[in-house]
Amino acid sequence: MPPYLPQTADDQQVMLETIGFQSVEQLFEDIPAEHRYPELNLPQAASELEILDELYGMALKNSTTGCFATFIGAGAYNHFVPSAVPYLAGRGEFVTAYTPYQPEVSQGTLQAIFEYQSMVAELTGMEVVNASHYDGATSMAEAAIMSINVSRGKRRKIVVSPSVHPQYRQVLRTYLPGEQVEITGDEDLSTGLDDLKAMLDENTACLIVQNPDFFGQLLEVDDLAETVHESGALLVVVANPIHSLGLFKPPGDYGADIVVAEGQPLGAGLNFGGPYLGIFASNMKYVRQMPGRLVGETVDTEGKRGYVLTLSPREQHIRREKATSNICTNQGLVALIAGMYLAYLGKSGIKEVAELCYHRAHYAAKEIDKLENYKVISPGPFFNEFVVQCPQPVEEINKILLEKGILGGYDLESDYSEAKNQMLVCVTELNDRAQIDKLVTVLSEIA
Amino acid sequence: MKIDPNARYSKEHEWVRKDGENYLYGITDHAQDQLSDIVFIEFPEPGESFASGDIIGVVESVKAAADLYMPISGEITEVNEHLADTPEILNSDPFGEGWIVMFKSSDPSEFESLISAEDYEKLTGEE
Amino acid sequence: MRKQLEALIFELSSPGRKAFTLPGLDVPETDLPESYTRDQPNLPEVSELDFVRHYTHLSQMNFSIDTVFYPLGSCTMKYNPKVNERAASIEGLTHVHPLQPEATVQGSLELMYKLQEALKEISGFSAISLQPAAGAHGEFAGVLIMRAYHESRGDEKRTKILIPDSAHGTNPASSAMSGFSVVEIPSDERGNVDLEALKQECDSTVVGLMLTNPNTLGLFEEQVLEVCETIHACGGLVYGDGANLNALLGITKPADQGIDVMHFNLHKTFTTPHGGGGPGCGPVGVTEELAPFLPGPYSINEGDTYRLDMPEKSIGRLKSFCGNYGMFIRAYTYIRMMGPDGLRSVAENAVLNANYLKAKVSPFFPVAVDRTCMHEFVSHGDVPGTDVIALDVAKRLLDYGHHSPTNYFPLIVHDALMIEPTETESKETLDNFAEALEKIHQEAHEEPELLHSAPHITPVYRLDEATAARKPVLCYKG
Repeated sequence: MPPYLPQTADDQQVMLETIGFQSVEQLFEDIPAEHRYPELNLPQAASELEILDELYGMALKNSTTGCFATFIGAGAYNHFVPSAVPYLAGRGEFVTAYTPYQPEVSQGTLQAIFEYQSMVAELTGMEVVNASHYDGATSMAEAAIMSINVSRGKRRKIVVSPSVHPQYRQVLRTYLPGEQVEITGDEDLSTGLDDLKAMLDENTACLIVQNPDFFGQLLEVDDLAETVHESGALLVVVANPIHSLGLFKPPGDYGADIVVAEGQPLGAGLNFGGPYLGIFASNMKYVRQMPGRLVGETVDTEGKRGYVLTLSPREQHIRREKATSNICTNQGLVALIAGMYLAYLGKSGIKEVAELCYHRAHYAAKEIDKLENYKVISPGPFFNEFVVQCPQPVEEINKILLEKGILGGYDLESDYSEAKNQMLVCVTELNDRAQIDKLVTVLSEIA
Repeated sequence: MKIDPNARYSKEHEWVRKDGENYLYGITDHAQDQLSDIVFIEFPEPGESFASGDIIGVVESVKAAADLYMPISGEITEVNEHLADTPEILNSDPFGEGWIVMFKSSDPSEFESLISAEDYEKLTGEE
Repeated sequence: MRKQLEALIFELSSPGRKAFTLPGLDVPETDLPESYTRDQPNLPEVSELDFVRHYTHLSQMNFSIDTVFYPLGSCTMKYNPKVNERAASIEGLTHVHPLQPEATVQGSLELMYKLQEALKEISGFSAISLQPAAGAHGEFAGVLIMRAYHESRGDEKRTKILIPDSAHGTNPASSAMSGFSVVEIPSDERGNVDLEALKQECDSTVVGLMLTNPNTLGLFEEQVLEVCETIHACGGLVYGDGANLNALLGITKPADQGIDVMHFNLHKTFTTPHGGGGPGCGPVGVTEELAPFLPGPYSINEGDTYRLDMPEKSIGRLKSFCGNYGMFIRAYTYIRMMGPDGLRSVAENAVLNANYLKAKVSPFFPVAVDRTCMHEFVSHGDVPGTDVIALDVAKRLLDYGHHSPTNYFPLIVHDALMIEPTETESKETLDNFAEALEKIHQEAHEEPELLHSAPHITPVYRLDEATAARKPVLCYKG
């Protein structure tokens, strides 16, 4: 008998008699006969130990961040996850619950998400945070759509910086295809903030910048929001990497209207790209235009505090084609994990992790810059990622690094043709001095 | 179900009543009952003009949302700002304090073409 | 279920307390650029034990599949095997960066490829992309694929998508996001798409039809072949919403019925957990003709190696990297554990369980359309002759230790209770549930107040959702 199916042959017999059927096959007579019971050419069932063996075999074909000193970031970050976080997030009551549509029996999920919303609001400096999107890239695309909706569809131009994550910009274009919306600003890597400001006009729905940007640079944002708002557009900030907010000014402080971020670094692990966490934050002024689920506080019939999903008429299950987004299933459990991670690190922990990243990254940058054939070309202050001009194609260097047990940085040329031999190096709290010194030594041997 | 005998009605369960030179507009008792607890109203801007049938706003309850349609063409002169803070008035007094917008119309015949109170009562009775 | 309320994590905070430990600084310090720095964010300060108790208490305030029967219609809340979780935490699969060189991630790419192949075989489609992160994301991909297909043929006058009135709200929302108008098609008295109404809308402006089969009434479209032919005859495509695929595993392949493009819900059909709202995973499958338009990248196989590739005329990337990879591992594990015969038994038992429960429940809560159902059925949840509505019944079920069925959906059934038992529930559980409903039906006549005030065993009573929406409190304010 296949696993997980409790009905015995006797059970089935009694049940069929109850419903007045002779056989199970008879239940499927509404299906066109010629297409019923097709051949299914799949491998035969495996036992639990066999399938685990098969997966361990696949795992052995991967080189993992556990065995290699990892200096690659570029949108996914190798951070330490405290043991208590996956231990608690793995509880069946969290993992195997559905969306909290029955609030009385979902207070655990609802309160945990309310706490997540509150902590991320604090981190980003914003007033409202939703219960998550699929990842940072889809959050950003939804932010662009929301900006258009805030203008009641009248503004149809999105200005996006070329230093926003390349994959995020690709997703933006997938979400907004065709002629109806103009997406511009990122055609040329040399386009700076001042050039972007000059592109804002009465048709612009929003300006999207990433801070720190894809190259790790912290932006000069002093009067950015003011200029954007003067044109009547919204300022959307992609706050990546999210740990930078442990040290540096949150976008809410410099006037962002929507903040999006990749929440993966907050306890979710790398997982070859997913599941990750789309953080989405805005202000109360725009709450009715926000996409996604929101948890709110209220009271029960006896006056006790409790939590519910609220402002639902924005969503697809009520508003259907007029909804602010089509999102339904989100990344709830990853949001819960992020909330746990932030609670575990707490006020001082988030800062201390960020400081470790910062100091070690700067140490690495200084040491690499001392090498004869390498130059750190990041022009301004950065958080934990920086660009290195290398003597050879990054792909070649990375092959050599790999042989020495190092996963090297990201090859910028794969996205920017002008970034020849440029490597984006990422350093986190998981890269200790010994790893950094080893990287520098191996690099020095490659001329 | 309450009906205001002095108002005229649309099939979308909205009412219009003459108020001096202008018209008042709201949703009917039947509409508020169907929506249940109303939590939010999205208003048009005073000064905006609409043709009959245009969507001018939205009424939201906990579990539903309904578009507001302009029953006859006109220009919005005022919106009932009290409803922004106390949308529940729409539930308790839909024909009185719960008016939603005031507008002026250039063509009085349009008003006359709306459904009479008697016919509206029949219409809701059938539902 | 824990009855006592839990303080917010902020309220447990005490200045100076901490849970974390970190290594000391082993490199020289670098000055921070002062004009860029912030004040410390006001996050909680708790000990590890406070932290553990807090989240343990919160978990105890949830209903879940691991604790109770969860017959939430349209959500396929079947048992989530624990081997899936073990598989998805194998370090060789989890500690992998998505931008590593392909030579260093051959195991991950192999698993993706094999899952794609398995989903092809199950559905009858020619190509699969695993990228979409959820059902609605897969739908959006499907609509964009239809759009790209028509555009590639220079056919630019197609602007409307036909959607049955029983559809999930995500269908019209996904269509609207793609810039199309939505035309609603009524259902007939047998719960099928009204074929005559459909034909009247079929013209050269039709992008396609979004068909959920079995539909949200739990019924198989009796005229599915004709429905698909009708759409194809006007040049449109048929999108299949795969939310209810659980009923059809090994029983029939959607592509054989004439579906052109479909999303799967790995978090429904293939036992990846729902996580209290997500993450899900919504791969999309297509016919050979539509294969070039799939979102990407996906995994392809060249001799002994695997690599990521972008389909030739791809609609593009729908999210960063490859998709919700952790869900791929779980779904692949499940498919391998079940094998072809096991998957067929899944559908058979899901449908048998639903029909059995329908027979037990319908004397008290009559079904909306009384036909042989597939994986679920929809009853009227009100009790005639009383003022009890479906919501009261749903809430009272919680007191009996069962999660409520889906309420208020599908929209075409008044006071709906949508019940999906799934194949992993035993006959005894189904009998218990039916008995509870029978008792509740009796209570509705004898003690209706018990229903109006339900639930009673939960940490909170019914919550004031109107105030929550009128005066939203969405963050802890200190």
